[in-house]
Amino acid sequence: MEAAWIALALTLKVAGWATALNLVLGVAVGYAIARGRFPGRDVVDAVLTLPMVMPPTVLGYYLLVLLGSHGAFGAWLIEHFGIRLIFTWQGAVIAAMVVAFPLVFKAARAAFETVDPQLEDAARTVGVHEVAIFFRVTLPLAWRGILAGLLLSFARALGEFGATLMVAGSIPGRTQTMSIAVYEAVQAGQDDAANFLVAVTSIVCVAVLLAAGRLVPGRVAARGS
Amino acid sequence: MIWDVELHRALVHERTRFDLEVRFASDAERLVLHGASGAGKTQTLKMIAGIARPDRGRVVVADRALYDSASRISLSAQERRLGYVFQDYALFPHLTVRQNIAFGLRRGWLNPARSFADAAVERWIATFHLGAVAGHYPHQLSGGQRQRTALARALVNGPDALLLDEPFAALDKALARRLRGELKELQAQLRVPMLLITHDDDDLRDLAHGVVELQGGRVVAAPAAVEAT
Repeated sequence: MEAAWIALALTLKVAGWATALNLVLGVAVGYAIARGRFPGRDVVDAVLTLPMVMPPTVLGYYLLVLLGSHGAFGAWLIEHFGIRLIFTWQGAVIAAMVVAFPLVFKAARAAFETVDPQLEDAARTVGVHEVAIFFRVTLPLAWRGILAGLLLSFARALGEFGATLMVAGSIPGRTQTMSIAVYEAVQAGQDDAANFLVAVTSIVCVAVLLAAGRLVPGRVAARGS
Repeated sequence: MIWDVELHRALVHERTRFDLEVRFASDAERLVLHGASGAGKTQTLKMIAGIARPDRGRVVVADRALYDSASRISLSAQERRLGYVFQDYALFPHLTVRQNIAFGLRRGWLNPARSFADAAVERWIATFHLGAVAGHYPHQLSGGQRQRTALARALVNGPDALLLDEPFAALDKALARRLRGELKELQAQLRVPMLLITHDDDDLRDLAHGVVELQGGRVVAAPAAVEAT
């Protein structure tokens, strides 16, 4: 059982970091796509949504090619910083982050698009500068939608299997997350361990979804306008 | 000259093209931009406020050059010191009346607190009889209270001029008449120049010192000195 708790702690750490990074990245990119007026917006949106539809193993393969010691970025990291990402928990964070990114980005874009640009104009005419407008008007009106997307991405990162296995492998206590531990337990015929892991994972996922359901923008739309 | 405006802008939307060529100069303290909907009134007002960009032209309000494409002057909306009242008021739905009014007094990254107290805020809350609803959110207000909140928010910084986009269009006739009277009185008291958009003839008759008639993106009648009342 102790191994299961270690796997759970690792999974929460990986999913937590992936979600925190996606908060910054997803909100920034979602805002840029929602408010930006540049050519090729739809293409950028489609490319950024790809991780949602591509098989995670394919994504994992791409990440290996990019981050591996012979990969373009991986070789650069090793040469300049001595950092290896493959078969580390940080590698698992990147895998989970990429897979869950579209959920945050899509939610953020949709949430920002519901904010009336006229409110931002109103803030401009009373002299408030652009960065402050983002934090005082745009973000407060969009945050519920963003938070719902964040929780979904956290749930998705918790269950990440394919890309994580490709990039980080299955090293017990270091990169073996819950979903991978379940697979290993079943393969090894350890039914008790598998049952326990499955039960814990299910409970965590249901809790996250319940929380996300309470935050969907539809519930507060009436109050908003 | 209070108003000296020349604006050129080609608006291309899908396959239709609309050329805005507006030019007027006036000394009227209460100048009305009159015309049917789609004549380019709101676009003109937004370009004067700096929240829409003209292709070229010049905007001088109360002897202050806000925009001049020839000499590359283009102040941001934040620097223009013009109060703007939007047609649907554009109040911040997540902030109370008091916070809405105080919004422009805080320049940092945080909104004014719900209890934000300031002499200017108190003054406008009192002037517009908003004391009872100061802690309410915009969706809890009546049409007239919304309009007054929007006016207070635009006036709290002491703007050089006030721009109003159809300020009475969302209100019923009786209320519109009363608020029109209040606005006129307020303007006479503050002496703040006012540029007001309307397609309503009542507004013209009751408020205007001068009128600019817009049709299809062009000025069709130069401002004539209307009898001041």
